Amino acid sequence: MSDVLFDAPGPRGRRRMVWINIAATLVVAGIGVFVLLRLAEKGQLAASLWKPFVQASTWTDYLLPGLKGTLEAAALSIVAAGIFGLVFGLGRLSRSRTVRFVAGLVVEFFRAVPVLLMMIFFYLGLNQLKLVSPQDVPLVAVVAGLTLYNGSVFAELVRSGVHNLPRGQREAAYAVGLRRGQSLRAIEVPQALIAMLPAIASQLVVILKDTALGYIVTYPELLDAARRVGAGNGNILQSLVVAALIFIVINYALTRLASLLARRLGGRTAGRTSAAAPALTVDVGRG
Amino acid sequence: MHSGYLDDLGTVLGQYDVLAAFWVNIQLTVYAGIIALVLGTLLALMRISPVPSLRWAGSTYVTLLRNTPLTIIIVFFVLGMWGQLGFTLGPDFPTNFFRLSVLGLAVYHAAFVCEAIRSGVNTVPRGQAEAARAIGLGFWPTARLVILPQAFRGAVAPLGNVLIALIKNSTVAAAGSVAEASGLMREMIENSSSVILGIFLVFALGFVVIVVPVGLATTALSRRWAVAR
Amino acid sequence: MRRGLLAPALLAAGALALGGCSSDDDSSSDDNSSGGSGKIRIGIKFDQPGLGFQDGSSYTGFDVDVATYVAGKLGYDEGDIEFVQSPSAQRESMLSGGQVDMIFATYSITDDRKKVVSFAGPYFVAGQDLLVAADDTSITGPEDLEGKNLCSVTGSTSAQRIKDDYAQGTQLLEQPGYSECVTALVAGQVDAVTTDDIILAGLASLPANKGKVKVVGNPFSEENYGVGLPKDSDKCEDINTAIKAMIDDGTWQELLDKNVGASGYKANEELNPPTPAACS
Repeated sequence: MSDVLFDAPGPRGRRRMVWINIAATLVVAGIGVFVLLRLAEKGQLAASLWKPFVQASTWTDYLLPGLKGTLEAAALSIVAAGIFGLVFGLGRLSRSRTVRFVAGLVVEFFRAVPVLLMMIFFYLGLNQLKLVSPQDVPLVAVVAGLTLYNGSVFAELVRSGVHNLPRGQREAAYAVGLRRGQSLRAIEVPQALIAMLPAIASQLVVILKDTALGYIVTYPELLDAARRVGAGNGNILQSLVVAALIFIVINYALTRLASLLARRLGGRTAGRTSAAAPALTVDVGRG
Repeated sequence: MHSGYLDDLGTVLGQYDVLAAFWVNIQLTVYAGIIALVLGTLLALMRISPVPSLRWAGSTYVTLLRNTPLTIIIVFFVLGMWGQLGFTLGPDFPTNFFRLSVLGLAVYHAAFVCEAIRSGVNTVPRGQAEAARAIGLGFWPTARLVILPQAFRGAVAPLGNVLIALIKNSTVAAAGSVAEASGLMREMIENSSSVILGIFLVFALGFVVIVVPVGLATTALSRRWAVAR
Repeated sequence: MRRGLLAPALLAAGALALGGCSSDDDSSSDDNSSGGSGKIRIGIKFDQPGLGFQDGSSYTGFDVDVATYVAGKLGYDEGDIEFVQSPSAQRESMLSGGQVDMIFATYSITDDRKKVVSFAGPYFVAGQDLLVAADDTSITGPEDLEGKNLCSVTGSTSAQRIKDDYAQGTQLLEQPGYSECVTALVAGQVDAVTTDDIILAGLASLPANKGKVKVVGNPFSEENYGVGLPKDSDKCEDINTAIKAMIDDGTWQELLDKNVGASGYKANEELNPPTPAACS
């Protein structure tokens, strides 16, 4: 699209572009220099504050275990949210009005409640109930919060995935004698799921970012580990920068994976595959 | 639930100003939403502009901000922008932290606004831009008169989703020293743990009451404003 | 109706999956019997430098050293001790659930907590105090905070106490942790950080903060740090004997100096070292 918004620039246009390029570079560089100068003035650029990050122990004792915690919570959440999404997504497609209504209520409720609120509730509630071992409470609270929210998002993806299939798919299923349930199971849902895959990969980014809320309920994830590095070395700002960079690298890789998936799976479903299809617009990132 | 439980819950709710806490979240959302809309539109314009450096700056911004946890961004604004760079936005602490958190929420969601508007731009058929160029319009008139008006109408649904996410994410401002709903909920549960489920449901339903109408309104708007093609 | 059964079933399945996953990390916690087995699990903080801190694969701090000494007197070698993270909100449930045998984690003895758990000790008497810039002479106590800026952790009662009892015109910054507060203090954006004096001393003893901040040394509350025990524990007397021995043989002072002495902090001598209270 963007390439047809404007003509290929002529000589005058190109000259003007050079000037705009220079101006833009100056603005960005100017902000950068200002920030760096102020940080240097406050001593935040001192090599000693960055040195911990080139020491192996900072990584093996803090950041990598923290990253493991982040990935573990994210992996558990994605599996649980997948199951939740499938069940309630099918519930919203059910013939029974009651089932549709209840599934819709559950999905809409958990989509509207902030994940942070759910995590705090589960953390404090599970400590009271003693259903799980206290050491596992933070993990369960994080996974439960992420599952309920993202599971609801997946339920919507399943539903819209089935709705977005061409009508002919179901009609063909009926024509060969399949009943509605069989058609859903054998024809529609599998294709909807394949169409969903890229969106699921994109949703992984959201889940990974949201595990960072886990530090509020004392779950030892990457942000928590970074904060502990900062507490021990007196370099909390530098630690947060490093944590942010790790998140950005992983999430960027996942985003690329999602669009790659979208392109490769296109031929295997009658639905539309896209990492940023309308279905995905329900995902807009959370904290 | 027997009536004793409800009485206890009522007593607890009476001791705190729950509505005031929600009002803070609504204010955070409104201010951050306006700034994010302006900034996000600007970013979207940069990303479809003919100037390579602006396109690059726009997409770098989106990549960086979209992939960073919001918590870290908010802490950066308070501890970094204010704590280290001395960037002050208000006469006293509460105002200052409120405005810093608004900015943190705004720069984060601007990346998503930008993507929403870009998806709106994608709904505008190529022929529209080609026709605009054919009658001699440059980039800016094309964008302003032809593309953006249609793009915004096509972007209502995704923009609505950004707004819903923003409402819920306003709870993360707790990390920026702003007293809002999630912090109050935690305080109330820790002080009156016997009615934990009731307290949670009150806050959860509070968000449902705010979020669901927004969702319904944007869905209705996106249908009414859809450009017939 | 079918749907009604599904959600609980799903939750149960999820809980099973979770249990299955986490149990290989801490297989020892499955066995809830305490003592006698030759191993002891001790709850500490992992994120408080100078008190209980996870330093790589080892643990450092005053709480850790006191715990190691006491465990030694109870007949446990250093190798028999397993340190477990005990966040404030989980201390009671970890004790009553049997996940830890005792807790040394800046655990103040209060009547409310005594209803659920038992305490030995106290082994230290802390008090709420202020951490200020090293060259600041204008703040000597909480009354001087009028019109000043104060930092504390989100949801803590210590900052509210200052606003309510001493200086109403104090502006408050709430941060997720004390290290964030110290960063704001060193940058000059807040004038003081408040919590228990020994926690502040631990922060001030960090190499990165040395010479930049100091503890005011004018505590205005009394927090008796005790050893948290399960309600039915029979270890209280033995622990108190160990604490007395530790104070008498000079180890107590030595451990205090080693962990938080670098900040120049001296414990409140009117109350320290404490005499352990009688076991109930």
